[in-house]
Amino acid sequence: MKPLLELKNISTFIGPFHILQGVSLEVYPGEAVVILGRNGAGKTTTLRSIVGLQPAASGQITLDGVNLLGLPPYQAVRTGIGYVPEDYGIFDFLSVEENLLIAMWIEDKDTLARRDSVLDLFPALKDSYKRPASTLSGGQRQMLSIARALVNENKIILIDEPSKGLAPIIVEKVRDALLKFKNKSTIILVEQNFDMACSVGDRFYIINEGRTELNGPIQELYDDQELQRKYLGVVNA
Amino acid sequence: MAAGLSIILGLLGVVNFTHGTLFIWGGYVSIWVFGLSGNFFIALLAAIAAGILMGLIFERLFVRPVYGNVTAQILITLGLMTIFTDMVRLLWGPNPIPANRPDFIDGTWIWGSVIISQYRIFLIVIGVLVAIGINFLINRTRVGMIMRAGTQSPDMVQAMGINIKVYFSGVFAGGAALAALGGALYVPLVGSVWSGMGINNQILAFIVVILGGMGSFYGSAVGSIIIGLTVAMVSWFYPPLTVYSTVILLILVLSLKPEGLFGTAVRR
Repeated sequence: MKPLLELKNISTFIGPFHILQGVSLEVYPGEAVVILGRNGAGKTTTLRSIVGLQPAASGQITLDGVNLLGLPPYQAVRTGIGYVPEDYGIFDFLSVEENLLIAMWIEDKDTLARRDSVLDLFPALKDSYKRPASTLSGGQRQMLSIARALVNENKIILIDEPSKGLAPIIVEKVRDALLKFKNKSTIILVEQNFDMACSVGDRFYIINEGRTELNGPIQELYDDQELQRKYLGVVNA
Repeated sequence: MAAGLSIILGLLGVVNFTHGTLFIWGGYVSIWVFGLSGNFFIALLAAIAAGILMGLIFERLFVRPVYGNVTAQILITLGLMTIFTDMVRLLWGPNPIPANRPDFIDGTWIWGSVIISQYRIFLIVIGVLVAIGINFLINRTRVGMIMRAGTQSPDMVQAMGINIKVYFSGVFAGGAALAALGGALYVPLVGSVWSGMGINNQILAFIVVILGGMGSFYGSAVGSIIIGLTVAMVSWFYPPLTVYSTVILLILVLSLKPEGLFGTAVRR
């Protein structure tokens, strides 16, 4: 099977800093791949490079055979990428409804039906549909951000640390939502919460100092405490 | 004019000193086209077209590289203001050119001791229509929705699959068109067009927008009424203070409410 998304040795700079120094990964249709690594390893930059918000200087990024390198973000995402950034990226000046509308590339029957099913997935958004997004709680903002990525018929969803800054009970809700749509989508999940990563992911990549160092089935990582300690700083009691 | 400035300053965060220049270009182009066509509305459309064209050129070539850099914006737009104001003198000469009001709104209505100029009523109607139009565009259309989102996070708008640069160009061109329309409407009011009329009105427009609150069209409308009434009253009771009255009012308001009367200042 050919990978849906393929990154080959990408290199990305932020100002003078060489953040990604050789990230390579493959994501196959229907799977959930988790990117793990310590703070500052380059996980977020990897996602931003895929969508073109932090353009890669070299390497190769292809989605379903389309070369994304050098494309501006609005063209890159239109190849079929839903992006959920670390800080949710919610537009506070818009209502919940408008936040969903702005994400829709077309307002046809299928897209509106998808929006309705996304709202069924996140009932809290339905209740706040006409309210300004600025009034949403952290968990609701995260749900809205994920909902926006699901309203289009995307080939892949990139989600950056969905559990960050959320209360444990909200993290559980977000995880439940991810598990619900996981089987219908291909997902790349950047996550620091190891339990969340293991419950959602099928395979993992570990990025260390801007390079992909390790990959494999998530169960392997779950079973190997030495690996967890070495790369992720996870200490099991 | 203040509406256009409010759009450019409030939505794009661009301190645009070409606004006065666009205002005078609107005035000159409308006089020129009015002379050729004899049709006031064609003259207004020509002024708007000139404003859009100049706005697109200014934004694409000069303003786009300096979004977010206020110092560079001021320097570049001041330079453009100087060049394009001198260009007006080059094309139409240094002397004021007389301008007539169109016949159908040249008269006055007299009710007792009250004299009302038809042209001023026409201006008020146009002003109200512009305000309603902008409000509709910003709050009721997809374009407005994208513009509001773009003021908060242009990057995230791009990540929604939208080319925000096109919208920014459109906003700038729209603001420029309103400045040019303002100039075209102003010239028949005062009876002539001259190259120095831009800077005076630009300063007044800045005061109106800042007083009303950047990014608030309602604020700009209220600000323009307050400024207009202040100038009228001060010039009636104590004319020497007229020039300073608007600035004093601005200082007073900003010292009590730094974001302006109805400001929704965008944090960047």
